[in-house]
Amino acid sequence: MKEMQETDPKSRYYGEFGGQFIPETLMTELNKVSEAYDKYKNNPAFLEELQILLNDYANRPSLLYYAKNMTEDLGGAKIYFKREDLNHTGAHKINNVIGQALIAKRMGKTRLIAETGAGQHGVATATIAALFGMECEIYMGKMDTDRQKLNVYRMELLGAKVHPVTTGSMVLKDAVNATLQAWTQRVDDTFYVLGSAVGPYPFPEMVHDFQSVISKESKQQILDVEGRLPDTVVACVGGGSNAIGSFAEYIDDENVQLIGCEAAGKGVDTDQTAATIERGSTGIFHGMKSLFLQNNDGQIDKVYSISAGLDYPGVGPEHAHLAITKRAQYVGITDDEAVDAFEYIAKTEGIIAAIESCHAVAYVEKLAPTMSKDKIIICTLSGRGDKDVASIAKYRGRDIDE
Amino acid sequence: MNKLQKIFENKKVFIPFVVANDPDFNTTVQNVLTLADNGADIVELGIPFSDPVADGPVIQAADLRAFEAGVNVNVVFDIVEKVRESTNVPIVFLTYTNIAFKFGYEAFCKKCHELNISGLVIPDLPLEEQGDLKKYTDQYDISLIQLVAPTSDERITKIAKAAQGFIYMVSSMGVTGKREDFSNELSPTIKRIKEVTDVPVAIGFGIHSVQQAQDLSGLADGIIIGSAVVELVNKGEDLAKYANEISAAI
Repeated sequence: MKEMQETDPKSRYYGEFGGQFIPETLMTELNKVSEAYDKYKNNPAFLEELQILLNDYANRPSLLYYAKNMTEDLGGAKIYFKREDLNHTGAHKINNVIGQALIAKRMGKTRLIAETGAGQHGVATATIAALFGMECEIYMGKMDTDRQKLNVYRMELLGAKVHPVTTGSMVLKDAVNATLQAWTQRVDDTFYVLGSAVGPYPFPEMVHDFQSVISKESKQQILDVEGRLPDTVVACVGGGSNAIGSFAEYIDDENVQLIGCEAAGKGVDTDQTAATIERGSTGIFHGMKSLFLQNNDGQIDKVYSISAGLDYPGVGPEHAHLAITKRAQYVGITDDEAVDAFEYIAKTEGIIAAIESCHAVAYVEKLAPTMSKDKIIICTLSGRGDKDVASIAKYRGRDIDE
Repeated sequence: MNKLQKIFENKKVFIPFVVANDPDFNTTVQNVLTLADNGADIVELGIPFSDPVADGPVIQAADLRAFEAGVNVNVVFDIVEKVRESTNVPIVFLTYTNIAFKFGYEAFCKKCHELNISGLVIPDLPLEEQGDLKKYTDQYDISLIQLVAPTSDERITKIAKAAQGFIYMVSSMGVTGKREDFSNELSPTIKRIKEVTDVPVAIGFGIHSVQQAQDLSGLADGIIIGSAVVELVNKGEDLAKYANEISAAI
């Protein structure tokens, strides 16, 4: 894991992005989290406990699967899927939750709080809270508790209390606001398990490090089967946790193209979009300087995507930096394209993937045919799609009883 | 001596807060004038933000009413300009970092200077991140108000050393809004502040009753009342009477 230079305040930044723009009430606690993270991130006992849980509880390493049918159907580059959907709890979120919860445990915390969009991070947090015998409270926008009822019940089943958030546009952004507010009320016994690569330092750093297991594994796996690195890595981006994990180990390999797929909603040129990097501008919100969808007055826009996990008006500071420096490219995928991909990968590969991940799959469908057959794409399937089946059916005009 | 700090010289200072443009332009202008005429020593004026993470439900609702009435940063500046036709009451803005950042830190501070704004309270801009803005608050003679929280602990000294105008002592954990109990850390924290600076301390967050105002003003140099005033504005109740009562009690 990357060494931080603690004396230099710029180490909290990725280029011009990052920082700690958070109320004073939380600063002492945030510094305690930073200190604890610095203390344990290279500690052998900590890393061993993390590895055991990742392997024996979360089902790692996740498979790197050669999608033969899709490769042949699209007629271009070889397509591999990094199967984070096969993790325990059904998404990449568990990788980071185990890491942060182990830090929380070492800090003596007994209560975990978290925001969630689609519910995957909430489920992962509730799961680890159950495993560690910790209290757990999850904040989720009312829009999302309505469209992801199954995950709400899952969290409750695991012993968590779920708070529907009714302020603002009642989605992920508002859930983050509510969790930050809840944290300012009670810090002594409470750890905020932030699920995306966003927020004040050290959260983007922790999420980067704990999710980088995705690319550490995929790099070794692709070297084992192909004897070389991929040409392109593709992942979906909301706040950017699975994408940063998928990119991390390749950032220094300049020949590996990195592509993040944002939710364009009804189109990047409409006001019903969540394509932050394509449409956003520099701002300061949710603890970080980064790119945001906002108006000229600095008010944060309401955003929209069919995917509850991607409709976030900002993006992690490291992604903003990768975008500005052109190390990674970011593209918008519409609802329609994502839903088509949801059906395509189901029929072609027999995989029902999360609607979030299907934004990446949709881009692979466009990209693969333009590449020659000796090229290799790794696409991260960040989660499984069981949670989305009912809403996709509805999108297609079918009403199914949950 | 700093012009805000001077206000605290011989008295306990009362700082009421209203949200700009809640519920509309003229009412806000009138409310600021009423407060200034009835015992307010400094008026804190909120520039609404879409996602006010430090604020509780009362101020969030006020922000929404202000947006409903078409507020933006320029409208707030116009409100102050109108107020300035009648009074020179010291005004500080409360807003969030992104509002000033997006306007441009220099342009924002220049405009504040033109409107005779004395200070800025920005709850999501902790000491470590103030550098870029501080350059311009200094240049345009505006106090960047430091907040100290019950959890500030080892940070108190360095925050107090950087303070200008007054220090905003956050009375308790959580967000803005009425409360009955305040942190036990208030007295010891203020004592630690006083060990390193002469900059006065005003307590805010949660104060609503006259009794609380009286008790807490005994611990500090002034008090800030936000949600309770905003609630009176919302209900259309008598601001002058409330301001006079508080002002007389402290």
